[in-house]
Amino acid sequence: MDLVNLGIRSIFIDNMIFAYFLGMCSFLAISKKVKTAFGLGMAVVFVLGVTVPINWLIQEYILNPGALSWISGDFADIDLGFLQFIVFISVIAAVVQLTEMAVEKFSPALYGSLGIFLPLIAVNCAILGGALFMVGKNPPFSFTQSVVYGVGSGIGWMLAIVALAGVREKMKYSNVPAPLRGLGITFILVGLMSLGFLSFLGFSL
Amino acid sequence: MSTAVAEIAEVKKSEPLFSKKNRKLITNPLDIDNPVTVQVLGICSALAVTTQMKPALVMAIALTVVTASSNFIISIMRNSIPGRIRIIVQLAVVSLWVILVDQLLKAYVYDVWKQLSVFVGLIITNCIVMGRLEAFAMGNKPWPSLLDGLGNGFGYGLILLIVGFFRELLGGGSIFGFKIFEAMGITYQGNGLMLLPAGACVIVGLVIWVQRSINGYRETH
Repeated sequence: MDLVNLGIRSIFIDNMIFAYFLGMCSFLAISKKVKTAFGLGMAVVFVLGVTVPINWLIQEYILNPGALSWISGDFADIDLGFLQFIVFISVIAAVVQLTEMAVEKFSPALYGSLGIFLPLIAVNCAILGGALFMVGKNPPFSFTQSVVYGVGSGIGWMLAIVALAGVREKMKYSNVPAPLRGLGITFILVGLMSLGFLSFLGFSL
Repeated sequence: MSTAVAEIAEVKKSEPLFSKKNRKLITNPLDIDNPVTVQVLGICSALAVTTQMKPALVMAIALTVVTASSNFIISIMRNSIPGRIRIIVQLAVVSLWVILVDQLLKAYVYDVWKQLSVFVGLIITNCIVMGRLEAFAMGNKPWPSLLDGLGNGFGYGLILLIVGFFRELLGGGSIFGFKIFEAMGITYQGNGLMLLPAGACVIVGLVIWVQRSINGYRETH
């Protein structure tokens, strides 16, 4: 039950886009068509679902103060926390690269439709943000919780980008003032959508 | 020997440190080539840290330092980086600078560092840094790259301060923590919406509208 709550919380209440503005760049750039938006969303779900648990393991067994004591008692007072950023981003870049190779090898059709977006995911702040938020949680997450949190945040991000792409497809038919066209009106749209998502704040789980 | 000296003198003459082209690198990103409102880069942090002006200013300085210095380093190394692994090399250089900035902020402005939380770390994946590395530093000499990094940092900081100004003024009735309405003897009920994501997005949208009405930049859908 706890895990279901965490899942719902990470999808709707702590939505990556509407609550924390993470991954906004690709969110705005690749939301012109529903189909590509969905493809990118799926890739984000996958990468978040894989990297958050991996980074949890690294934080737990290498980076935390005294975490290295499983190797030998001498390491009990070593704190490698300052290496967090560089280790996390390397893990993310490596996983993205591996995913790209695997997809290219086993499913060329999917690679064709996702190809360009996959390498971009390495620099999507939602991924690194997910890992950093996971570390900051109090009380600390267990391994299963980190899996649920990773997948949940990914699904939340995907929902948001698909919804925005849907609205933007319809926007083509409306007469927007010329200087507001494109980026300006998209920002205002995101603001309104985020107002809608505010209603989830009232839920207590 | 003398020809070498003459050559050096000629190179220096052909490209003064603040030539017109180099000055453009600083001034363009402030308006017509702004990283946030035109290039659509670095939106996440621009929205997230602007509830008050003080964190916005600190964030802008941090990002300017990181962008300028990593642009400079990558530009020095640009001819020896293999194309296939350039992203990870860039990320390594950027995260080095971010770790330095992060530790400095933690040591000297702890309360602001606490407020910025994960967003200092997220400078690593800030698209301005990566975007400028890819688009400029990989193909230009170190000095112009440094200027380009500074210019884009300033452009980003400008938007951050404008958005932060309106959000703090309308949301909390203060500027840099100074209660401006109270000082004028007016009671002001803070508008909570401005402190929420929704308010931030709408304000950025309006800033873009005003900017584009002035400079004439247009997009077709």
